[in-house]
Amino acid sequence: MATDYQRIVKDGLWDNNGVLCMLLGMCPTMAMTTSATNGLGMGLATAVVMAASNLLVALFRDRITQEVRIPVYILIVAAMVTLVDLTMNAWMHELYKVLGLFIALIVSNCLPLARLEAFASKEPVLNSLLDGIFMGLGFTISLTVIGAVREIIGSGTLFADASLLLGPAFKFLEMRILPEDTGVLVMILPPGGFLVAGLLVVAKRILDVRAGKGIQMAGAHSV
Amino acid sequence: MKIGNLLHVRHGLVLGCFCLGFGLVLAFTDRLTSKDIAARALEDRQNSLSQVIPGSIHDNDPVEDKLVIKDAGNRDITVYRSRLQGKVTGVAFESFGTGYGGEIRLMLGVDDQGRLLGVRVLAHHETPGLGDKIESKKSDWILRFTGLSLGNPPVERWKVKKDGGQFDQFAGATITPRGVVRAIKSGLDFYAANKASLIAEN
Repeated sequence: MATDYQRIVKDGLWDNNGVLCMLLGMCPTMAMTTSATNGLGMGLATAVVMAASNLLVALFRDRITQEVRIPVYILIVAAMVTLVDLTMNAWMHELYKVLGLFIALIVSNCLPLARLEAFASKEPVLNSLLDGIFMGLGFTISLTVIGAVREIIGSGTLFADASLLLGPAFKFLEMRILPEDTGVLVMILPPGGFLVAGLLVVAKRILDVRAGKGIQMAGAHSV
Repeated sequence: MKIGNLLHVRHGLVLGCFCLGFGLVLAFTDRLTSKDIAARALEDRQNSLSQVIPGSIHDNDPVEDKLVIKDAGNRDITVYRSRLQGKVTGVAFESFGTGYGGEIRLMLGVDDQGRLLGVRVLAHHETPGLGDKIESKKSDWILRFTGLSLGNPPVERWKVKKDGGQFDQFAGATITPRGVVRAIKSGLDFYAANKASLIAEN
């Protein structure tokens, strides 16, 4: 069983990474990675939704009939997103002001739905919960890295406003890498998102080939 | 045929139960959070008001002292009034302009003489790194309007430099500052048109 869990963790974080391998959830990936902090926040919110919805679907999977499963999945994801939205607005208001507009975007992210259909509807509860957490974390890492690259080249900073997201204790994360007004603007604009995401996909494949694994086929392991 | 019908009923029941269940969960969460959310929204409003109305000119809570007036475009504008010992010392209201990426919402503070106490951008969709210099946390551009009024500079100079006015646009962006300057001017026009009812009680 231990290797099973290892497999799930590795799949989520690297081998079957939602963004860099399966290329799912591109809408928030492009929209929210103008800075590392935004990417991190969006990723974490998505991870919470994914873990919760994976858990719920795995719990109820004997009750959910094949024919109505898609509407039920959408219902579950939408309900989880609304829960996150309401609780963040009430109790994490500073964070909500930064991310609020984008929380609703999680519903339109196909990554949670894909994991419900491909994984949580077939696997035991604990496995599904782990898959949700680590797929979510893999998504978070990808978004943070894309955001960091775009932010450094585009605005010359790294983790700007991180203290708004994580609390004053994380002020040390906020760095200025390049002098002010030297940023390459295109990196913060939408084309920059495609450029960086594309280059990172290439980088991941090169690393995989070097490691002798060959190119992972999207979803080959768990679908 | 009968079995088919039963299956349909079953699918409907499954879907219905899930809807009911999650509906209850959401209703419960809404009840739990609505008070806090309303409190946060009020704090936000107080914060944006306190940026355009200095604390020294009022002893009331402007959020509570509001008035709804229709502007030239027939839009409902909520005006918040600051008072010192019952006398209206200034007003704050939202003004709207069009930038490069759509609507720009501003909060304007104006004193009883028609001078700007402050201007802040509440929401915009301008290009990050270019048009977003209108935010006070990105640049001090927006602060230059404090103290100005419709006569200072003269009305025909209330434009960006490119249009023959007196306000700087910033590198690479003209449309955004133009939209902001127009919004501020239309806000001051709104104030002038309604001055009588805004500070009537003085």
